[in-house]
Amino acid sequence: MTKTVTDVVCPFCGTLCDDLEVVVSDDGKQLTEVYNACVIGTEKFLHSQAKDRVTRPRLRQEDGSWKEISYDEAAEYTAQMLAKAKKPLMYGWSSTNCEAQSMGHEIAEMVGACVDNTAAVCHGTTLIAVQDIGIPSCTLGEIKNRADRILFWGCNPAHAHPRHMSRYSIYPRGFFTGKGQKSRKMIVVDPRVTDTAKLADVHLQVEQGRDYELLNAFRVALNNEWLPDVVAGIPAEKIREAADLCKSGRFGIIFFGMGVTQTLSKNHNIDEAIALTKHLNEFTKFSIMPMRGHYNVTGSGEVLAWQFGFPYSVDLTRGFARYNPGDTSTIDLLARGEADAMFTLGSDPGAHFPISCVKQIAQLPSVCIDPHQTPTSGVSKLHVPVAFCGVEVGGNAYRMDNVPIDMRKVVDPPAGMLTDEEFLTKVRDRVKQLKGLA
Amino acid sequence: MAEYIIKNGHVFDPVQGIKGDKADVAIKDGKIVKDNEVSSKAKAIDAKGKTVMAGAIEIHAHIAGPKVNVGRIYRPEDKLFTYTPKKGNIRMAGGFSIPTTFKTGYEYAKMGYTTAMEAAMPPLFSRHVHEEIRDTPIIDEGAFPVFGNNWFVMEYLKNNEIENTAAYCAWLLRATKGYAIKLVNPGGTEAWAWGLNCLSVNDPVPYFDITPAEIIKGLIEANEYLGLPHSIHIHPNNLGNPGNFTTTLDTLKLAGGYKAKNKFGRDQVMHLTHTQFHSYGGENWGNFESKSKEIMDYVNKSKNITIDTGNVTLDETTTMTADGPFEHHLTELNHLKWANVDVELETAAGVVPYIYSPDIKVCAIQWAIGLELALMAKDPMRCFITTDHPNAGPFTRYPRVIKWLMSAKAREAQIKAFKNSDKVIAATHIAGMDREISLYELAQMTRAGPAKSLGLSGMCGGLKPGMDADVVVYDFSPDKPVANPDQIEAAFSRAAHVFKSGVEVVTNGEVVNNGNKRTIWVNAKVKENPQVMRDIQEKFLKYYSVSQANYESLGHHFVPNPYAIEVDATQ
Amino acid sequence: METVTITMKNPPALYLEADNVSPDKFAGKTGSQIAELHVYEGNTTSTLGKYFEVSGNAGATAADTKIVVKGDVKKVKYLGMKMSDGELVVEGSTDLYAGAWMTGGKLTVTGNVEAFAATGMKGGELTIEGNAGNYLGAAYRGDWRGMSGGRILVKGNAGSDVGMYMLGGEIVINGNVDVHVMTHAEGGKVTIKGNAKSKLGGQLVDGTIIVFGTIDVMMPGFKPVGTVELEVDGAKAKFAHYIGDTGERKKKRKGQIIYGNLYKKI
Repeated sequence: MTKTVTDVVCPFCGTLCDDLEVVVSDDGKQLTEVYNACVIGTEKFLHSQAKDRVTRPRLRQEDGSWKEISYDEAAEYTAQMLAKAKKPLMYGWSSTNCEAQSMGHEIAEMVGACVDNTAAVCHGTTLIAVQDIGIPSCTLGEIKNRADRILFWGCNPAHAHPRHMSRYSIYPRGFFTGKGQKSRKMIVVDPRVTDTAKLADVHLQVEQGRDYELLNAFRVALNNEWLPDVVAGIPAEKIREAADLCKSGRFGIIFFGMGVTQTLSKNHNIDEAIALTKHLNEFTKFSIMPMRGHYNVTGSGEVLAWQFGFPYSVDLTRGFARYNPGDTSTIDLLARGEADAMFTLGSDPGAHFPISCVKQIAQLPSVCIDPHQTPTSGVSKLHVPVAFCGVEVGGNAYRMDNVPIDMRKVVDPPAGMLTDEEFLTKVRDRVKQLKGLA
Repeated sequence: MAEYIIKNGHVFDPVQGIKGDKADVAIKDGKIVKDNEVSSKAKAIDAKGKTVMAGAIEIHAHIAGPKVNVGRIYRPEDKLFTYTPKKGNIRMAGGFSIPTTFKTGYEYAKMGYTTAMEAAMPPLFSRHVHEEIRDTPIIDEGAFPVFGNNWFVMEYLKNNEIENTAAYCAWLLRATKGYAIKLVNPGGTEAWAWGLNCLSVNDPVPYFDITPAEIIKGLIEANEYLGLPHSIHIHPNNLGNPGNFTTTLDTLKLAGGYKAKNKFGRDQVMHLTHTQFHSYGGENWGNFESKSKEIMDYVNKSKNITIDTGNVTLDETTTMTADGPFEHHLTELNHLKWANVDVELETAAGVVPYIYSPDIKVCAIQWAIGLELALMAKDPMRCFITTDHPNAGPFTRYPRVIKWLMSAKAREAQIKAFKNSDKVIAATHIAGMDREISLYELAQMTRAGPAKSLGLSGMCGGLKPGMDADVVVYDFSPDKPVANPDQIEAAFSRAAHVFKSGVEVVTNGEVVNNGNKRTIWVNAKVKENPQVMRDIQEKFLKYYSVSQANYESLGHHFVPNPYAIEVDATQ
Repeated sequence: METVTITMKNPPALYLEADNVSPDKFAGKTGSQIAELHVYEGNTTSTLGKYFEVSGNAGATAADTKIVVKGDVKKVKYLGMKMSDGELVVEGSTDLYAGAWMTGGKLTVTGNVEAFAATGMKGGELTIEGNAGNYLGAAYRGDWRGMSGGRILVKGNAGSDVGMYMLGGEIVINGNVDVHVMTHAEGGKVTIKGNAKSKLGGQLVDGTIIVFGTIDVMMPGFKPVGTVELEVDGAKAKFAHYIGDTGERKKKRKGQIIYGNLYKKI
């Protein structure tokens, strides 16, 4: 016999779909089928059932082999490492729940660490832009119910956020958008002819690295000012037409991704895109939203902000919180040799960081907490496998539009395995003793 | 639990009518008890020559939730050089106009505040609001979900379906663990979804074919149908614009003829919030002037209305409100960074930094209006002190506002310091006002009054045996004349002792305990209403972006220490 | 004026935060009192004397105090932070935040500085004889009030984001600059004697940029309006004149629309 768990939340991307149905065995130990999810989301659930899963912490030995140790020993090792370090870096947090994030922050505060999430290599630049100029935005349901002008700028939801267009942005029939896709005009700005671009009414094939100029040209067009004949590879006439198309809508939205956040101009691209959005509000209603990657990177930013006042790259070393990407951000801390211990949870810097930073991680005392074996666990001294968040344990997560959704547990983790929060609680309690606060 | 006896203080307690007499206050098991009910082991606190009051109650502040956190996220400069480091188990705390959750709890406690209401909870984001409330130490908190632009409410009220509106309100209060029915720019925020607004109570809401006046009256009726502890809590239309006092009077008049129905001792049917922002005369910023008198004349004679002030504190701050169109208007005026969030089917919010400069005439007039409202109030049990934190200034400035209210000399000094002093005097009433708020009136305006308005008068806001032991001792002697008004500010900034539910949380102005904070919410039971349940189901299937099963705030993570106030509206 | 010399003897393993090294913090202190001032390495607090040899005493006030920093201070942050008067000379290169939030006095670095030098500067003089990193004379994150006064001279090159949110004061760069100059500025002047890349004056509301060398790509929001003759540092030359950012909001002064100005030497 099996049973079906409904309204399951998908712990993959920032779209945070919450309509999944998952079939599990009657004893709640095995997961057999996943409905409604995209291919990646389905895989995420099924992967928890892998037979070769590591289920106990492993400590690297001098000869390079792993030795299985208990969770208590792993907590002791982690607590000692963090308590001894002068500037430990606690990185990741984007693929775990807010409960674990909160517990991690308590530890970070006690040991005087730097805390950073994956925004550091993703939408951190968006946050810098938001700090400079603000952000007019909305929830995804507003797009579904009202939006008739949809811009995808430097993002490719067809592959990166597979259900985004069907659930929220292009196809759904909402309250004021009863004709679904027919109610909407779609503009894609991308140097490549992506699968998303192929669906667009207008595709502006911007010259690489010139998004800032193109966004500026949109604003110049809104002001009816002089424009050079061609900007960023696009004829001025086409830019003016696209600007008019935006103005003529009732409710517009710009979605943007790493094509603009991590290319030349970075935060400035977003800054000008937000300025354009604000500018369009003089003519009609317009919003803008980052296509956040990890399912709970947004949550990490939220929890950090209400506890310390900053959304990422928070330096707690001096007993109070400071923030300045370029100084307190992970890549800079590693590349400049500022950190002396590396703690990773809910992310895989080993696979995504510049090689110089990965080499640095390999040289430092390091702990990696992750259900998977990853390039990061590969270079870490201690690997602590934990239950899959959103599959084997619930907890709160924040969608790309900052809407919080409580995730559901659908199956039990393998016997004896701890969750992120449970393991961190052990570490917290031990750190408290080491710091004389217990 | 430890027992305490606070001895020989000057007690100010409107609940028992004690006006500064020397008396002892005894604490046992988290409650106030009679002096003879504590044992000889009770720890004595010497309050000789000091002022003793109940814990103060914040009736309206933006301290938890998505728009507050947008403020934190997008204003790193608000934290710069403001941090106090971690100390033992007391967490690090920072931020000025939008402090971190830890700082919020600590700062309220240090000033002697023990209960606070988050003034605008977007229902879809209730889980976020509750996560922040959980991380705000010491103080008990509730949150007001916003209803004034809600599609269900507008559709039911279009057909005057009060019972359905009430059933929906009860459902939403339960789903969001909310405390009261809040309205922000009714209808106007829905209009903002199309870039429009409703500037009077009679402007029709686009598509929904209803007016703000109909929404307001309908929600008063639904509120009294349910018999909730608090009345509707309204931020009316046309906030912040010259000449808006007429819209405010139009709004207040909608309460006419309604009588409060509840078992909580509440008398009002409408609470008008941050009244300062709604008491403006003139046609433009050039001839902008105070209309506090016109507003207070109406409020003074209307026993079914309570208000709070929204005092401008003359600081750099961060404005934030569910009045989306207002924040857009503001960013067009001051060109500072603008955040906006439109929330599907429910509401919106905007955030813009603002500098209330004493050198700008309009800011100085706003400062005067806020004080005038309190100084003109005939019944301090119906007029409460707020700064609409952080909109007119941070709540940490309450001691300064209290100084201005208690000392004509302090007001005079501030008026003199304004760059446009003469023009400010000409546009306001403040210069001629010699009233000084007494400590008893202060206790009414910050303790007993808000407790009564919120329907919490059986629990807090007083020192009667049986009530929660929320007690504050201020190092302020009512016997001695105040040589320098700054003494008032200093005394109310850092209480000598603060007890929350019988636990000493502040000693000599420093936080000593993280307390055991509670989340207060209202559980209203109504008759089964299959139509409303069907409507809810349908809206989730068709128009919401989350499923109904994932909407509710549930469980230990969101509401770890709930205090539910039960309301039975099944009869 | 009294001179205090501090010489790096025991370099930090990580980086050192020396926000107490400024004429304001040294003023009125003897050499041994100065050696007791706090410095921070990660989460550990120790004293200046643990890392530096201190010689000489400070003057009674910041104005009467000159500090000379010797030895390898490439891994020392915040030198001259918030200084209001007096003089600070760094013999060599230093790390982040040199002269951040300074309001007066004279700070000279004979080598290079890393990012965030003169963040939020309000007054005084900063001279960098080598190169400057990114965000020279820029605003702190989120603040719309960047450099509002004072003068910065860079004899070498500067990184990206020079003068972001600048409101006043002057920055002169004898060498080249990286992308983004005076973004969001509403006043002040940046002179680039060498070459610039692109994104100059993006979202500029008011202020002046002068470029002697080349510009790789102009912003579309800068409209050519003719040529002018300008006198810079006593020498006259002809410049192409652009106004912008025409995409940005406009300020008005006495009924006239204000634009930012960009001059490029012909």
